[in-house]
Amino acid sequence: MQINSGDTAWILTCSALVLMMSIPGLFLFYGGLVRTKNVLGTIMQTFVVVGLISITWVLWGYTLAFGPDVGGIVGNLKWFALNGVGAEPNPDIVEGIPHLAFMVFQMMFAIITVALITGAFAERAKFSTFVVFAVLWSTFIYSPLAHWAWGGGWMGAMGALDFAGGTVVHISSGISALAAALLYGKRRGYGRDAMMPHNLPFSVIGAALLWVGWFGFNAGSALAADGLAAVAFVTTNTAAAAAALAWMFTEWACGGKPTLLGAATGAVAGLVSITPAAGFVSPGSAIIIGAGGGILCYAACNFKTRMGYDDSLDVVGVHGVGGVWGALATGLFASTVVNSGGADGLFFGNPAQLWIQFVSVVATMVFAFVGTLLILGVLNATMGLRLSDDDEQMGLDLSQHEERGYSW
Amino acid sequence: MKKIEAIIKPFRLDEVKEALTAVGVSGMTVSEVKGFGRQKGHTELYRGAEYTVDFLPKVKIEVLLPEELLAGAVDAILNSAQTGKIGDGKIFVTTVDEVIRIRTNERGDEALR
Repeated sequence: MQINSGDTAWILTCSALVLMMSIPGLFLFYGGLVRTKNVLGTIMQTFVVVGLISITWVLWGYTLAFGPDVGGIVGNLKWFALNGVGAEPNPDIVEGIPHLAFMVFQMMFAIITVALITGAFAERAKFSTFVVFAVLWSTFIYSPLAHWAWGGGWMGAMGALDFAGGTVVHISSGISALAAALLYGKRRGYGRDAMMPHNLPFSVIGAALLWVGWFGFNAGSALAADGLAAVAFVTTNTAAAAAALAWMFTEWACGGKPTLLGAATGAVAGLVSITPAAGFVSPGSAIIIGAGGGILCYAACNFKTRMGYDDSLDVVGVHGVGGVWGALATGLFASTVVNSGGADGLFFGNPAQLWIQFVSVVATMVFAFVGTLLILGVLNATMGLRLSDDDEQMGLDLSQHEERGYSW
Repeated sequence: MKKIEAIIKPFRLDEVKEALTAVGVSGMTVSEVKGFGRQKGHTELYRGAEYTVDFLPKVKIEVLLPEELLAGAVDAILNSAQTGKIGDGKIFVTTVDEVIRIRTNERGDEALR
């Protein structure tokens, strides 16, 4: 099999960009939003996920997701420990790039998906339980979902379009975050004490790194350095810009001030929204998808403060809501003029695509929600999910890691 | 011997320091403090979650001085710290029993020079 050096260079570069989204992008985004006493513990959760999932993906995560299909549900263990996954391309997976390059690109997606969930139980999770949760969730939720959509599973076979992970990454992490926020319960003093972000410049640097890294995420999902990658790059940037503006103008119009955290969160919401659509829609459609994502996620984050559950860093409001909107919007705006390998959406004369997208959204939501409830329910009964009240008062940094982020 | 404690708006600190030096005050201690009076706090909004911040940042200046400098020093603070808007702060004056310079054991007014 011929290796295409341009494609290979692009996919390896994109793999590094997607890792940059997690470290330091996501950990800065989240780390800045928590209180001073929890900054290291929050960063640590994402950092240790990089360690854990890098190993589990090599051992069994990749083969469960992309190994030879078992009933459309999961891959088998043929490629355990990457046995048989080498420098040669595997034409059943993707041509032109080494099988290992595809594997490591997918590894970075597996990593960030788990890391995203940590925002739901920020500032109160027991570290030991979290380590076990990360491995179980990635194994039993992420790998099957990746298989369903991309690994030869039933969802891809049904014709569901998910260019770069709207269902697999964002709906799955967003809905699992909802289950986690419900099971973990609120932080002590939630609604009474001020729990303000301690370092918004951190968070905005993190959001900016996410934006840049997302080009690897979406344009890399073309799996080649070609025209489709350019389409995805442009739709990604366009949607992020539209969503940042949409969030900012919405909060401004609703009587508040235009906030930087709002603009940055809006950009992330737009990036989430365009993810499943990036390689299937035109730049014009990307403006609508992005702006819609910015407004919907703004509304969702505001709604949360009235609902009472403590999804501390708005994983549900941004990734869950943005992911659902993006997956459905793909069924509206997808066009075979943009990508002949995709499908037409409702607005291009194919209402059936919207139904297919809807089914994939509901299936992902149910599977991720129930699966996460089960995993966390078992862990709650055996190890305990939360810190003791004393430890929570003291903060993650000192109670879980015996170090502090700032000495003053 | 008197002690002036003045709570002022942080951005007036340099003006107050210069005004006090000009009337002969030779030292001062400054702290960043938080508090509220009639000005009350303000609200902050993060992704739609509104927080009321009760305590506002202020600067507290402590000056020890001989009695004859007191009136001039108080005027200096009033002139330099006043913006006319709510939240300008307050000046407290108290009598001090003893002042001792640690290096030399000098006491009283000697220690203030």
